[in-house]
Amino acid sequence: MSWIRDLINPQARTWESFYRNRWQHDRIVRSTHGVNCTGSCSWMIYVKDGIVTWEMQATDYPQLEAGIPPYEPRGCPRGITFSWYLYSPLRVKFPHVRGVLLDHWRQARAAHSDPLQAWAEVVGNEETRRAYQTARGKGGFRRVAWDEALEIIAVSMLYTAKKYGPDRVTGFSPIPAMSMISYAAGSRFLQLFGAAILSFYDLYADFPPASPETWGEKTDVAESADWFNSKYIVITGSNLNMTRTPDAHFAAEAKHRGAKLVALAPDFSEVSRLADWWIPVHSGMDAAFWMGVGHVILKEFHAQRQIPYFTDYLKRYSDSPFLIAVDETGAEPKPGRFLRAGRLSRYAAVENGEWKFLVFDARSGEPRMPRGAIGGRWQTRQGCWNLELKDEMDGTEIDPLLSLLECHDAELTLNFQDFGTNHAFRRAVPVKYVETDGGRLAVTTVYDLLMAQYGVARGLAGEYPRTYDDAEASYTPAWQEQFTGIGRNTIIRFAREFASTAEKTGGKCTVIVGSGVNHWYHANLHYRSSIAALMLCGCVGVNGGGLNHYTGQEKLVPGASWSALAMALDWSAPPRLQNGPSFHYVHSDQWRYESAPADPGPQRGPFSRHVMDQQVDAVRMGWLPFYPQFDESPVELVRRAEEEGATTDDEIKQWVVTQLKHRRLHLAVEDPDASENWPRVWLIWRANAILSSAKGHEYFLKHYLGTHDNAIAAEVAKDSVQEVLWREPARNGKMDLVVDLNFRMDTSALYSDIVLPSATWYEKDDLNTTDLHSYIHPLGAAVPPCWESKTDWEIFKALAEKVSAMSVKYFAAPFRDLVATPLLHDTPDDLAQPSVKNWHRGECEPVPGKTMPHLALVTRDYVNLHHKFCSLGPRLREEGLEDRGLQIRIEDWYDRFAASAPRYEWGGRQYPSLATAIDAANAILHFGPEVNGEMAYRSFEARERETGLQLTDLAGGNRDVYYDFHALKAQPRRILTNACWSGIVNAGRPYSAYCQNIERLVPWRTLTGRQHLYLDHEAYLAFGENLPSFKPRISLEASLNLVSSSPEGECLTLNCLTPHGKWHIHSTYSDDLRMLTLSRGIEPFWLNDKDAARIGVEDNDWVEAYNDNGVIATRAAVSARIPAGTGFFYHAPERTIAFPKSPMRGNRRGGGTNSVTRLRLKPVLMAGGYAQHCYRFNDYGPAASDRDTYVLVRKLPGKPRW
Amino acid sequence: MNVRVQVSMVFHLDKCIGCHTCSLACKNLWTSRPGAEYMWWNNVETKPGTGYPTLYEDQDEYHGGWEVKDGKLQLKLNTRAGELLNISYNPRLPALDDYYEPWTYSYDDVTNAPPQDDQPVFKPISSVTGKEMDIEAGPNWDDDLGGSGIYAANDPNLASLPDQQREQLLSVERIVYFYLPRMCNHCVNPSCVAACPSGAIYKRGEDGIVLVSQEKCRGWRMCVSGCPYKKVYFNWETGKAEKCILCYPRLETGQAPACMHSCPGRIRYLGVLLYDADRIEETALHADNELVDAQREMILDPFDPEVIRQAKANGVEDHVIESAQKSPVFKFVKKWKIALPFHPEFRTLPMLFYVPPLLPVTGTSNEEGLYDTSSDFFSSLENARLPIRYMANLFAAGDEDQVIRIYKKMMAGRYFKRAQSVGGAEDASIAEMLTEAATTSEELEEIYELTTLASFDERFVIPPSSREAAIELVQITLDRQEGGGMGFVHEPRRGL
Repeated sequence: MSWIRDLINPQARTWESFYRNRWQHDRIVRSTHGVNCTGSCSWMIYVKDGIVTWEMQATDYPQLEAGIPPYEPRGCPRGITFSWYLYSPLRVKFPHVRGVLLDHWRQARAAHSDPLQAWAEVVGNEETRRAYQTARGKGGFRRVAWDEALEIIAVSMLYTAKKYGPDRVTGFSPIPAMSMISYAAGSRFLQLFGAAILSFYDLYADFPPASPETWGEKTDVAESADWFNSKYIVITGSNLNMTRTPDAHFAAEAKHRGAKLVALAPDFSEVSRLADWWIPVHSGMDAAFWMGVGHVILKEFHAQRQIPYFTDYLKRYSDSPFLIAVDETGAEPKPGRFLRAGRLSRYAAVENGEWKFLVFDARSGEPRMPRGAIGGRWQTRQGCWNLELKDEMDGTEIDPLLSLLECHDAELTLNFQDFGTNHAFRRAVPVKYVETDGGRLAVTTVYDLLMAQYGVARGLAGEYPRTYDDAEASYTPAWQEQFTGIGRNTIIRFAREFASTAEKTGGKCTVIVGSGVNHWYHANLHYRSSIAALMLCGCVGVNGGGLNHYTGQEKLVPGASWSALAMALDWSAPPRLQNGPSFHYVHSDQWRYESAPADPGPQRGPFSRHVMDQQVDAVRMGWLPFYPQFDESPVELVRRAEEEGATTDDEIKQWVVTQLKHRRLHLAVEDPDASENWPRVWLIWRANAILSSAKGHEYFLKHYLGTHDNAIAAEVAKDSVQEVLWREPARNGKMDLVVDLNFRMDTSALYSDIVLPSATWYEKDDLNTTDLHSYIHPLGAAVPPCWESKTDWEIFKALAEKVSAMSVKYFAAPFRDLVATPLLHDTPDDLAQPSVKNWHRGECEPVPGKTMPHLALVTRDYVNLHHKFCSLGPRLREEGLEDRGLQIRIEDWYDRFAASAPRYEWGGRQYPSLATAIDAANAILHFGPEVNGEMAYRSFEARERETGLQLTDLAGGNRDVYYDFHALKAQPRRILTNACWSGIVNAGRPYSAYCQNIERLVPWRTLTGRQHLYLDHEAYLAFGENLPSFKPRISLEASLNLVSSSPEGECLTLNCLTPHGKWHIHSTYSDDLRMLTLSRGIEPFWLNDKDAARIGVEDNDWVEAYNDNGVIATRAAVSARIPAGTGFFYHAPERTIAFPKSPMRGNRRGGGTNSVTRLRLKPVLMAGGYAQHCYRFNDYGPAASDRDTYVLVRKLPGKPRW
Repeated sequence: MNVRVQVSMVFHLDKCIGCHTCSLACKNLWTSRPGAEYMWWNNVETKPGTGYPTLYEDQDEYHGGWEVKDGKLQLKLNTRAGELLNISYNPRLPALDDYYEPWTYSYDDVTNAPPQDDQPVFKPISSVTGKEMDIEAGPNWDDDLGGSGIYAANDPNLASLPDQQREQLLSVERIVYFYLPRMCNHCVNPSCVAACPSGAIYKRGEDGIVLVSQEKCRGWRMCVSGCPYKKVYFNWETGKAEKCILCYPRLETGQAPACMHSCPGRIRYLGVLLYDADRIEETALHADNELVDAQREMILDPFDPEVIRQAKANGVEDHVIESAQKSPVFKFVKKWKIALPFHPEFRTLPMLFYVPPLLPVTGTSNEEGLYDTSSDFFSSLENARLPIRYMANLFAAGDEDQVIRIYKKMMAGRYFKRAQSVGGAEDASIAEMLTEAATTSEELEEIYELTTLASFDERFVIPPSSREAAIELVQITLDRQEGGGMGFVHEPRRGL
């Protein structure tokens, strides 16, 4: 072995400096990636010679309690390549304007001394307009100076505000949590201007509607470290390895601590490999699986044998014991609404009796009204809104009966609908008769209804299944087989393991769920059926338990202080906040391509109509926001009202109400294709609004941009809409100007009119949080913004300055703007509409804030807009902070901040400065109850006032803790226990949702104050979604995807799924050379091996996938891990990547994932003015969906062409 | 006894999530430059699969590593004499197609697109020829391609499985894949070193890192052929071989190698192993089914007073011995015996070890296509989706017992921890399971802690590096402090 020896001569090793030189560097700065991945990983950025060379994960997260694995290192393959972008050939280095527009603008600008007139000429001339609109997306950008670009944008905004109203200006940026200062830059500017900004969480279909339905909360979940506390982990529709890369280790480690891991996925996905069991449930059929599981749990762990832990849990923390009145109005009796306490003589005099509810009390043998209902929150008498099982009226103890089985007056046979097989089942439930103001009523409990719904007989009459093998009756293990493809034995074993683990551990079972389930049209039902299983086993609000939904980085932790700044609430309110799905459904005219709702729903009544009609009604009744508001300018309206004699705010508002009532004024949503109702200017930042965010992307290209598109769907709504004006033809190219702030030339940048170069995440200071861990940490500038780029904060500041300077001419004096806003959750609006009444149909009077939107007058001061942007306004001092209905006073801390923070002076006054991003970050940190111990303490004081509970001890130990921006740059810091969130994280305990509710008896912000298994809003009763149930995925026929498209040659018809991919985070990184190298140089379309063989496609062949909405042309990846009948096109690669032209669609460029989708809104999710069914920006409303999509797939004929 | 020091590694495959962050950390630091684009010093393979470069494990084709001939160890590539004859012709070299043709894109077609009548796209451009190309292969081409008749099915390690078992891997009941991160094994008996005609490759005495001197390398590429793992690469820009350097500039300054630092699955461990260099040849000569045990024997117990004495005699410093005692690798490999070398039959005595992955249980489908999982509570030995035979082919030269013993211990650990925290399993049955797995509750507790709870500093126990002493061999250390870094740095180029 003579050749294996140490090198003796040390000189022979001096060459080793070769690699040492490469490693050496000059500076390391902490930052992270402001991308919608939910990772929120802390990174160290290495700088050498003034150039960012690479990034490595930070490993200094403060430790949680002993026995929990550490968080380090957090990071993923996407994040670790980000440095490539800084100097890549895709970098946007300078401001750009498309040449066609620029030429027209310069020409007009030269001809007119008044820039507004110049802009009027550009957008007013149809030929000019068509010319620059059809050029969109087709190259031809030219470099311009910052000043010129800003002038065009400012002019377009001022022109729009003047001619149509500021609510025709729109902004879009998603996920503030990933870089909250950058988001706030644009939103603050736009709110001061009076523009509308669009939501994202619901548009992305990341928002889980079942969360507000059940808990009255947008989303609240455990941090990933808490998975380690779990003993039974069910992972469904969530590919942890791929999409929760930095967190997946906790699942792997939990296994070694004795947890069982079960993965539900249609394909053998990455997480399936990690699991003990892989259960390949058919895609889009998850609720059937969980209903089968619920059947077994109810039968074996509730009916046949009672587990005290389970029953106690349900009595105290769920609506299970609450009384439901039987609805005997129809042909057959069926479950109706919660019985209102006020209808009983005993409670006739209580305040908000319509909003308080009853259980059957074992002690008194009478219906009793426990504390905690929503009516108890918004009443004069404060301090008794809690979950103590006491009568709210007199404080007597209550022992609620879960079931009336042992004491019923009668058995009543009710009708239960099975939407899977389209059968109705008649099943008896035990009822008691109760005397009410409307006579004797039959009531039963939610729990008894659950037993009947799930088909657990308990000796009652009716069409109950006798055994698990009864495949005809919903919802047995045998019944679910036809939908899920999973055998009954697996369901039964799974249910037994799940429930017995919960029994032995006090609820340590968790369901980790993601977009694979949430992106379906009926996602709320899929979720509710798994939530039901969790609740029946006492798993929610327990460390190691609960429903953990992770899709979208929605958790902006210091929400109260951030929104004050981001929505410019320190100067004025209310802001204009628009739900994205409705906005795009209406304005991009996607409603015109829909004939009937995808879910047929009821035959009659207001919920039976076209979705667009229901959308219009939802706006009328104040359920959903809509901008533009009216077919007139909201500024002009105020002027007209005053002209006609209105003097006070109330008179102005009343004048507007009267105009609406008499149809002299219309809502814009009633006539969205009228040119005065179009959105005109669109500012996009931190987003790929035109591609990855654009459900129905091709319709965006057509109706917003007026450029080429590949949709061939027919407009079919004409004869089925009643509440909206049908105009022929549909209008293309509604947007006057689309502006994109970007650091890379992505699809949205390419299709915009103006691209402004923005700083990357390694070139700016910002803040970042997530729900997957409990730290707050910064983005930091490792190098200054490269080339001519600027941070978002600086860009919007510069734009504000430009707008203010130009406004001296056009808006010299402050003016008033009438703002309409919907009924909001966590306000007294929770009690607005006990029953659905539509003023527009004369069913009630239009009353702002009750039966229709709120109206408010807001003063705008464009000349000082820039100053306001740069200073923290005094309104914050007066109004304090608000979060989820909690009011926190801060005067003393405002003064303290004013004394210590940098100052900004204007109009003869000094204010705390917001001139820099760090100033803004420090303002957010200074007032946030999550990051300032004193504010945390005050949040509990506020909660104590509401609930009468002792709670401040939860924050007592942290009152002196306070983080500023520099502290975060030194090390990520852990958030504090506070009343704005529901977890308890003291002493390093992992965050788990709803622990405060369980351990401290704080009510959920729902109708009964409990977790809801039953939803009694009229819309839910109409659609049959009052109880957990199953609706299958939308059928091919109902999807309308393949009406105009037909098979050409050998074709497959596939359900097209668009899961989150491995080599990109949405579109970001999809064009990154490293990611493209490690994948296949393109985003392929994945096919099952046998399917592929049927159309003669081999691995890496070119294919086309098409439907009426558009077409995708790419290569195939072929594997047996993809289920037959299904195609995967991983979510949202850029359209700019080597995708060829499509022979199928006239040899125009093939599109992206959203080219084959079209927006569908689920009407039941529009419900408003009713407790947890109340709007909140991003946190409520109809979510978009994309999985119920079908395509034809063929081999691409001939050679691909570019 | 000739005690030597090896900085060694363990990859816990049961925790590997296949994310490739390791590969990219390495790419960023070391190979993102012309001539090195196609090099992935660290890569992650989907198994079963054909790997990168394609089918590299097939030594009938590539002739890498060692073989025993006439009771002697010799390079499979050729004999020493044969090598000299062959010096200018090396037929066992993987060609560009066996790796892939590295590419970039015509990004400028989009960023600075002129006006045109359709939306522009950027197209792939070969980094070798600068011309437009069709992408037909990549460094990770079969990622997640379990159930592929082209890739997964042609994994050489499946060859010894019965046809029926191989076919089942394309069905829902048994389809499976897992991940195998790979890097240089920094072997104790490195065939790359032996194959190099220039004497440019050496194994560092202080830590066992195998390096290619960028001064001495003459670009013969015998190392590329000689390495059975294909972890030495030829830089076509500089004309020299390059390979994983175990991030020695980081290790020497107390930092974990970039691939290990960046592993979000927390699957990697690094620490010192002491071994007996006198036993290298004898160890490598063992029969296939004895190789794993023999290599374990060659690794020494750092707590053994005799080992410590001999180590000191060999100049191993006290703090390195202490580091060896804290080494997580020692525990996995020698103490608990649950980590195995990759393809020990290549006889290079690789010093990177793998804990094999647990895989989900199989399922059955009835005639209506209804799927049921097997009834095992956890993933099981009997009903694991990949036959034990396959794992044994990867990690134990076909010796299934080695793999079975490890799986039994891992499963015992899971049931033991579940019983501890959930209850339910009878004490007696747990005790029986422990006996069957030849383990104790204490050992399982220790394994659990290192597997799940270990912090950064517990996963990576880096021996202090005596840089001042090493520098002193060529320069007065004070001079280095005062003048270090001054001078001109040149880009590497051909003939450096």
